[in-house]
Amino acid sequence: MSKTVIKVENLSKRYRIGLKEKKADTLAQQLVNTIKYPFQNFQRIKNLGRFQEDQEEGVHWALKDVSFEVKEGEVLGIIGKNGAGKSTLLKILSKITEPTSGRIEINGRIAALLEVGTGFHPELSGRENIYMNGTILGMTKREIDRKLDEIIDFSGVEKYIDTPVKFYSSGMRVRLGFSVAAHLEPEILVIDEVLAVGDHEFQKKCLGKMEDVSKNEGRTVLFVSHNMGAVQNLCDKILIIKNGFSERIIDTNYGILNYLENNFQVADFSRSSYIEKVELLDSNQLPSNLVKSKGLVYLNIYTKIKVDLSNYDIGFFIKDKFGNKISAASTSFKKPIVGNILKSEDNLIQFILKDIKLIDDIYKVDISIVKKEGGRIEFFENILSFQVESNDFYNSGTVLNNHYGKLYLDYDYYI
Amino acid sequence: MKTTIIEPSKGWRLIDFNELWKYKDLLYFLTVRGIKARYAQSILGIGWAIIQPLFTTLVFTVVFGNLAKVDSDGMPYILFSYLALWPWSYFSGTLTDSANSLVANAGMITKVYFPRLILPLSAIFSKLLDFMISFVILLGLLIYFQVLPGWEIIFLPVLLVQLLLTSLGIGMILSAMAVQYRDVKYALSFIVQLLLYAAPVVYSTMAVPEVWRFVYSLNPMVGVIEGIRAMFLAREVPWEWVWPGSLVSIGLFTFGLFYFRKMEKVFADVA
Repeated sequence: MSKTVIKVENLSKRYRIGLKEKKADTLAQQLVNTIKYPFQNFQRIKNLGRFQEDQEEGVHWALKDVSFEVKEGEVLGIIGKNGAGKSTLLKILSKITEPTSGRIEINGRIAALLEVGTGFHPELSGRENIYMNGTILGMTKREIDRKLDEIIDFSGVEKYIDTPVKFYSSGMRVRLGFSVAAHLEPEILVIDEVLAVGDHEFQKKCLGKMEDVSKNEGRTVLFVSHNMGAVQNLCDKILIIKNGFSERIIDTNYGILNYLENNFQVADFSRSSYIEKVELLDSNQLPSNLVKSKGLVYLNIYTKIKVDLSNYDIGFFIKDKFGNKISAASTSFKKPIVGNILKSEDNLIQFILKDIKLIDDIYKVDISIVKKEGGRIEFFENILSFQVESNDFYNSGTVLNNHYGKLYLDYDYYI
Repeated sequence: MKTTIIEPSKGWRLIDFNELWKYKDLLYFLTVRGIKARYAQSILGIGWAIIQPLFTTLVFTVVFGNLAKVDSDGMPYILFSYLALWPWSYFSGTLTDSANSLVANAGMITKVYFPRLILPLSAIFSKLLDFMISFVILLGLLIYFQVLPGWEIIFLPVLLVQLLLTSLGIGMILSAMAVQYRDVKYALSFIVQLLLYAAPVVYSTMAVPEVWRFVYSLNPMVGVIEGIRAMFLAREVPWEWVWPGSLVSIGLFTFGLFYFRKMEKVFADVA
């Protein structure tokens, strides 16, 4: 049983949000307001960081009674919608702002990375900014002296290291900033959405470095990101935050699925003239969001009226969790097998996928209805998400993960 | 293993000096950054630190010394006013810089934790270079007028400490206030000009009526300026001008420490 390094108990944080100002109706009122204005402003600004008890108006709880624990060496992903309170949580953890109530106990040196390149000054050289940024993040000059070559090397901007940073491209600046951060040696690392910046290659390098940190060096990492791929690759567990409340900590895959599901606007077919509902069935023909890579999967599209397939086509796209299309199926690609429908209903079009062949991950589905002569009539994005779980596709005991891509190739080889 | 507890804080607390010490390298680099950034991409560079006080002195000499014929207590007016401008320009410079230090670095405050006090401190320390450069000019003037400082010059460090404490005290208070009330920034630009006349920079303390002298001497800069003048011109140091201001400067500094600490926790929320 490993030690608890972060223990968060009933953490709450409230912010004051601006109250609407009263508008004057008359000129006289406006004059009065002009005189009163500074006094009102004084009251308002004075109270920006203060609260009376049980005041509810103009108050926003960014976090409410959040409790969780993180064990040593764990990599916890924190996900949630914009404004759910993720950043506030990180800001409290990194001591940038105080909680309104509650308590956190942290065992070990903690470093928070809410931004790359904090404190960079455009007029200073890259080298000087390494020292600037490093000391802001809590390193000492001696520590930076020791790692300087490594930092410069990792950043890949050696050639310009003595050039003022204002002449850097934004990408170079990010590289330099991340490079400093990557050489911090805290026991607990808190990282906000910093990977959203930088080019793809550098992002990969950063992810690699972070994997090193967490997996090989056994450090505890808290990672906030919208990049589900990164979360899935890096994190053991996930904390979902919803409107300031934390849900329980759950395993990554289930967590992401849960998150994606909750964040899809439930496909609203009420305005659709054709589609009633769409459901996914597993090989047992039970509605499910968990399907196997090998075996039958059913996609049932219930329509409001009997769709005349001689005039229209209905199809769907399968996309990965980032929204990249993987494949599609449509009534236009093939002739239907009439009457062989398993669940015989008038307004049902059933697609049967023999082997979905997808590698373990989360996927989403779009539905499209088009006219035979061309032209899209209706299109619904992300109407459902599902997770694929490998079931020994090759009958060899080998299960592929997303390192190998998205699809199982159905192949043989001879020797 | 180090254990950190994060909890809401209450009331007045003292600055955490241990923590401040741990971040001394940051203070150093921020100070250097302040100096380098100030004169970056300017032709004269650090030369501005010489030109600014020199020209102000010349203007004062022409306007107050020659035209208005303000009494300079029997000294050459240029020396009289430069001896005052030397500490004064440091003081006024630190006032503006430190007051803006937190607001100007709001980006840092909202993204990283470090002892916030470092920001006004570095603003005040980075002005020390200018202060030293203008000291060199002072030496030049002393040589030109062939003036030899008196023995009481050994007390100069006391006055410099008073100057620093005043700057730090007011710097801490103003910077903390400026985060919440942006009015500070606008008010400061003319208040600094007004303050110039509340200290004996362009005129001699002899011009101050007897009854007001004690109240006047509560201004820490009065003692600093009068003391420095007397020391460099080998006159008797008027300690009765100095000590009331010393007490006030210690008071300002102490209050500043507590006030800054108290306000610190809301910086990230209101910045």
